[in-house]
Amino acid sequence: MVHEAGSSDDMRERFDAWVAAENKIEPQDWMPEGYRKTLVRQISQHAHSEIIGMQPEGNWITRAPSLRRKAILLAKVQDEAGHGLYLYSAAETLNFSRDQMEADLMSGKAKYSSIFNYPTLTWADVGAIGWLVDGAAIVNQIPLCRCSYGPYARAMIRVCKEESFHQRQGFELMMALSHGTAEQKAMAQDALNRWWWPAVQMFGPPDNDSPHSAQNMAWKIKRFSNDDLRQKFIDMTVKQAQALELEIPDPDLKYNEETGHWEIGEIDWDEFWAVVKGHGPASRQRMANKRNAHADGAWVREAAVAFAEKERAGAQNVAE
Amino acid sequence: MRDPANKNGGWPLFEVFIRSKQGLSHVHAGSLHAADAKMAIENARDVYTRRNEGTSIWVVPSEAISASAPEDKGELFDPADSKIYRHPTFYTVPDDVECL
Repeated sequence: MVHEAGSSDDMRERFDAWVAAENKIEPQDWMPEGYRKTLVRQISQHAHSEIIGMQPEGNWITRAPSLRRKAILLAKVQDEAGHGLYLYSAAETLNFSRDQMEADLMSGKAKYSSIFNYPTLTWADVGAIGWLVDGAAIVNQIPLCRCSYGPYARAMIRVCKEESFHQRQGFELMMALSHGTAEQKAMAQDALNRWWWPAVQMFGPPDNDSPHSAQNMAWKIKRFSNDDLRQKFIDMTVKQAQALELEIPDPDLKYNEETGHWEIGEIDWDEFWAVVKGHGPASRQRMANKRNAHADGAWVREAAVAFAEKERAGAQNVAE
Repeated sequence: MRDPANKNGGWPLFEVFIRSKQGLSHVHAGSLHAADAKMAIENARDVYTRRNEGTSIWVVPSEAISASAPEDKGELFDPADSKIYRHPTFYTVPDDVECL
């Protein structure tokens, strides 16, 4: 543990040694400003992704095909809200206020995962999101349970425990469709066609175009490179697609006997960067919904504060 | 401990502690914003106990918590390092004497 004593170079050296020895950093400990900023950016972006991520699936709650599927979807979307809140709570320990995080999301300054800027056109998309998007999220998030920043690691442990239900319900939904009627199977294949590449892009730019990776690895914020995590996801998902009897939409996909890995074709990074910059098919709608919900809820937040103040005043009068 | 100005739409921050079952103590689970303590408990139910994680909830306004400072760690905790006679393993006793 490092506290404020000595020159900032000394503190930085002790910090690096402490973290390199797999020790945790807690909110009150001294930390380099870059470490704090990186965490605020990453954790708040992660929280925003959970919150905006409620929209594509929330779109199908009223139209779920059975009560069972509706109850599952409601529970899943509620979990996403919970995950967003665990993460906001972790980010707030870095002395960055929730009001500021919300403002940054709504002004477009803060980003969220670009995958949520794609629309959910059919019911099969709910299955594809659970299977692919939550599947990719799990691969990304399991190493974060060992992140050097204590509050983030603890939040991620909770998230990962709950996320496995999300992936399994999605796979089960895809299984029901792909083993159903020809029309249902076609719907599942169409959803896979549309979600596969955005899911592969979820791991971020390739290693040679990921400038902060080395520092984040040294700080034990990041444990594996983008490309390593992506490969893990691909290997795992190709086999799952075979069990679903669906086809991965990539003519170049092939198994490399030597490495034991599945190799994919070219990723369209132009599309990825366009979506990151806010030009995704549903980007404007997602942001508009968020801003409207925030504005529409203003009177509720104000009324709750007024009510709490009135209750306090009432309790005081009784006491006097 | 935390930024005292940290509000969310005027709602202050509360720390949440959950007792997972009778017989165990409340353990810190995280924090959340709420207009008052009653709402904080209701929200904590939804945020931190969706899967039977709790049988009881405590909420405490974050600004009411006083914490020891990291730089006082040595002063507070190092004195215990040298008092190894506080542990039963410090004492040498014959192997064949029971119930010691």
